[in-house]
Amino acid sequence: MFTFILRRIVSGAVLLFVISTVAYFLLYLGGGDIARRILGQSATAATVAQKSHELGLDRPLPLQYLSWLGGAVHGDFGSSWFTGEPVATAITSRLAVTLSLVIGATVVSAIIAVVLGVWAATKRGWIDRVVQVVSILGFAIPGFLIALALVLYFAIALKLFQPTGYIDLGTSITGWLSTVTLPIAALSIGSIAGITAQVRGSVIDALRQDYVRTLRSRGLSSRRIVFKHVLRNAGGPALAVLAVQFIGLLGGAVIVEQIFAIPGIGNVSVTATSQGDIPLVMGLVIATAALVVIVNLLIDLLQGWLNPKVRLS
Amino acid sequence: MIDPNPAPTTAAQVVRVSLFRRLLKHPTGLTAMIFLIVIVLSAVLASVLAPRNPDLADINAVLANPSLAHLMGTDSAGRDVFSRLLFAGRFSLAGALLALVVAAVIGVTGGLLAGYYGKWFDAVSSWLTGLLMALPGIVVLLAARAVLGPSMWLSMGIFGVLMSPAFFRLVYASVTAVRNELYVDAARVSGLSDARIIGRHILTVVRAPAIIQAATIGGIAIAIQAGLEFLGLGDTSIPTWGSMLNDGFTNIYTNPLLILWPSLAIGLTCIALTLLANAMRDELERSSSKPKRRRGAARAMVSIEKEPVLVHPEVVTEREFGEELLKVSDLAVGYDQPDGSIKTVVQDVSLVVRRGEVHGLIGESGSGKTQTAWSILRLLPEGGRVVGGSIFFEGTDLAHASEREMTRIRGKKIAYIPQEPMSNLDASFTIGSQLVEPMRVSLGISKAEAKKRALALLAKVGIPNPERTFAAYPHEVSGGMAQRVLIAGAVSCTPDLLIADEPTTALDVTVQAEVLDLLRELQAEFRMGVVLVTHNFGVVADLCDQVSVMRDGRIVETGPVKSIFADPQHPYTRSLFAAILEDGEARGPLVEHAVGSATSVTPTAAPREGASS
Amino acid sequence: MSESLLVVDDVVVEYPIKGFRTPPFRALKGVSLDIRAGETVGLVGESGSGKTTLGRAVLGLAPVTGGAIRYRGSDISHLGRAGRRALSSEIQVVFQDPYTSLNPSMTIGQILSEPLTVRKVSQRDASARVVQLLDQVGLPKGAEDRLPREFSGGQRQRIAIARALALEPRLIVCDEPVSALDLSTQARVLDLFRDIQEETGVAYLFVSHDLAVVRHLSHRVAVMYHGEIVEWGDADQVTARPEHPYTQRLFLAAPVPDPVRQEQRRADRLRLAEQQRELAVQGGAVV
Repeated sequence: MFTFILRRIVSGAVLLFVISTVAYFLLYLGGGDIARRILGQSATAATVAQKSHELGLDRPLPLQYLSWLGGAVHGDFGSSWFTGEPVATAITSRLAVTLSLVIGATVVSAIIAVVLGVWAATKRGWIDRVVQVVSILGFAIPGFLIALALVLYFAIALKLFQPTGYIDLGTSITGWLSTVTLPIAALSIGSIAGITAQVRGSVIDALRQDYVRTLRSRGLSSRRIVFKHVLRNAGGPALAVLAVQFIGLLGGAVIVEQIFAIPGIGNVSVTATSQGDIPLVMGLVIATAALVVIVNLLIDLLQGWLNPKVRLS
Repeated sequence: MIDPNPAPTTAAQVVRVSLFRRLLKHPTGLTAMIFLIVIVLSAVLASVLAPRNPDLADINAVLANPSLAHLMGTDSAGRDVFSRLLFAGRFSLAGALLALVVAAVIGVTGGLLAGYYGKWFDAVSSWLTGLLMALPGIVVLLAARAVLGPSMWLSMGIFGVLMSPAFFRLVYASVTAVRNELYVDAARVSGLSDARIIGRHILTVVRAPAIIQAATIGGIAIAIQAGLEFLGLGDTSIPTWGSMLNDGFTNIYTNPLLILWPSLAIGLTCIALTLLANAMRDELERSSSKPKRRRGAARAMVSIEKEPVLVHPEVVTEREFGEELLKVSDLAVGYDQPDGSIKTVVQDVSLVVRRGEVHGLIGESGSGKTQTAWSILRLLPEGGRVVGGSIFFEGTDLAHASEREMTRIRGKKIAYIPQEPMSNLDASFTIGSQLVEPMRVSLGISKAEAKKRALALLAKVGIPNPERTFAAYPHEVSGGMAQRVLIAGAVSCTPDLLIADEPTTALDVTVQAEVLDLLRELQAEFRMGVVLVTHNFGVVADLCDQVSVMRDGRIVETGPVKSIFADPQHPYTRSLFAAILEDGEARGPLVEHAVGSATSVTPTAAPREGASS
Repeated sequence: MSESLLVVDDVVVEYPIKGFRTPPFRALKGVSLDIRAGETVGLVGESGSGKTTLGRAVLGLAPVTGGAIRYRGSDISHLGRAGRRALSSEIQVVFQDPYTSLNPSMTIGQILSEPLTVRKVSQRDASARVVQLLDQVGLPKGAEDRLPREFSGGQRQRIAIARALALEPRLIVCDEPVSALDLSTQARVLDLFRDIQEETGVAYLFVSHDLAVVRHLSHRVAVMYHGEIVEWGDADQVTARPEHPYTQRLFLAAPVPDPVRQEQRRADRLRLAEQQRELAVQGGAVV
């Protein structure tokens, strides 16, 4: 088990390193004359050269990268070219907001999806058909359209929730709830649909396995078999989908935060992108990649716990 | 002798035509397809259909409501929304198509190569897909936008690369599955080149799932492209559904209607694509589920004419049997069909099992022997049920018992030994826990007591190291060991009746002999009644007291084993005996014929003498 | 040796095992036998004995890491793809599973004509040959336009045999070709194998776990155990009066379909097991 964890951690670190390298070279090579872009067309050649030197852009790229990497290992990701704010602080302060949305949505969708999926798989009949149709629609409609619909209806028409803005969890729990409920709902619907379909499918599949018949022949009730044996065996594929959905939710949050004007990482990304603030963009890529690596590691560990074959291989 | 149709249609055509045709009969599939065709046509013909220039701004008619002049009103710059929507469709659809093509080309080729050739290409590409999938697409697109500027085509190209793992994984999985199929081996032995094998045997398998995947990916591409434009990070020089949505959102308080039109276009297109994908998947599964023949799958009986069962009279044996345990009378088993009818797979089956007696059910596949066994346990697969007759066991009619009653009886009174040892153990739990759990539930004993009994049982069924096997997972033991574990589980609650469904069929012949010995010992020790399902006359001869020969869901002949083996009456039973090879003559050494070039008639001596000592 | 069609000479097959410095798995540990033209050599063994691997090695589907497989005098154990392709009209195969050995999306006509058309046989001649093949294996006319799923297990195995015959090979490797079939179907398919051999003079390497099946069809029989041939010789002698202890166990383990004789065989088997145990103990004491 220990080597299993160690191997996953090492491979995660390698993945992160490769992503950072590729991203760095692409971002800094693809940008053309960066100083010129920051200063605009009217700036003189001298000021552009001056700016280049200031930002350290006149050094060879591999050297720039090495110094960035050296800083990054110690948590220093440089500073924004436009605000001068350190990238690390700019991101961490907003990451908490985004994470509260994304984790909230993951938990909500996992719970609802497992309930719906098991229900549909064990009851079948019309319940199953309704769940299937709803999950197809939920999967098909883009999340931001759902978000727009929710804003229009619940916030603007019914005035049940705040249409925009964010209240920190530490400030007021009810305030936080009133601001995150709609965004979480908008984010969750798509992933509920995706996970439900997977849970339903793998539960039906697991129920057809030979060992289910054998366990029933030993006098175990169907309920017990579903909750102890079938769910555990169906858990593996469902977890894999959950990991994919988490990545999707991170992306979805970028757009949903724009709609609800929530000061999360999406907000920073859009600003940084439209300004061409490369250090900030670089930091964002690293932050999301790191999150994804961590989530995948957790999922792998859970998989190992669920499935002895994974653990031992 | 010449084929009247010299040019057979290729397999590819057969599959594609039939999938398309079947889609036309699928209501949602057809609706989705028609909708998509309309959308595509309206985008292609935008310049003909659009009443106005989509970029013509009319300062006097900013944010106008729908009217005859402007069917859907105008936007914040006074441009005609309807015209813009049509032209935007062009760019949105073309962008999605670009992403789709890029993803499909990279993913399908990569998947084919990695799946078929494996080795280093396999490792590298799997790692690359892992890398691509580790990042949220939108973040990468934002990063690319930061450096490369707002080009819709570029974004969609990059998005195509990001989505290529979806195709890669699908194709890779299908190819690796197919690569090891025997028909690909056969094609290789037939002298087909790799290119032909991939084209003919592998692409045909991959094509349909890839088309389905394409519909899904197309929907996602449209959504993500609209998302980017909606964030205001798109190309402002071209109209797209996403940028129209952005315009609507900024004017959400003044004119909420503006947001409706692009939302409808995006939402409906995405839904249509997903529904189409689902419809295709439905149809594909329906067509591929037919050839699959699962073991024990119910097959309808052919030509059932009721005929009297040949019953051999009781003979006196040295073996003594106790009271009647099980009495099955006129049992019929049926499966519900989608059209509401019932397909009968077992009919008029009657048999009696006394305490200490082994009753064999023998027959070929589809004879209903396994269905009969499962119906006694009331563990028929989905859709199957007892549709007639009775199954009396210790005074209860199991055919009409409630599920609760059955749960009480199963395990404790009637136990079951399955055919496949490996698939009948839950791979996620240790062998020990799978033995302990039922004992605790059925007998209500403590965990420690159950463990003690489980270890004793494992020793009893001949497992050399019970402690180790108790703690092992099913995949850590051999098939023969796993079957012993299942037997231990079956007798763990000292049942009165044992249903053994081909208990030795999956085992090697030397292991089979040992397992048969074990079954005989346990049966004698617990004085169990046994229903033994098998297709092997040797197993019947070894273990059974009574035997019933089944064909097409009915018993044709029944009686004491010795009398049936000595004097089979029914023509079917006789034909089965005639097919047995065990007592046949050996073919003898090769004799020089007109054919072949063999000259020697005596076999050469073993080339490696040492091997046989 | 020159009269032998195929000579398997001290062949070793090893599969690499994942992991650093893990020794490869030896599926065959130096196996030798030969097959003459028109002869059936039966290969018996239990799962994991290496019998299927030997068949696959002859077909070029398993990695031969030692020894040689000579077909009509020339070594074919390390042929490239082109060489194997050339050999495909000489050596053919019938696999065990009639459900996965035929491509489900191709019609019978396509399956049977494929090996011909890749050899530039005209469509017309190929169709004629298909009709002839179907007739040879006892399938009804019109079968060529149907898909494999429309046929029963026994019929599918006939189709597989027809495919193997399409190129008129001199040797067919048969890997458990009847073990997935019902008893009565099995007998009919075995008869077909025999008829075809008598008609065409093709040789078989017939792999099976069933001593009775092998006895019925083989001229000579080799018994495999743990990757080695432990007994090899005349079919009647090996399958009825085996000499090697393992073959003896194998012989007595198969139950006879006769309650009286089975009781006798059971007693014999237990006695043999007892004897062999004692021998092993004595052997252990000596060494």
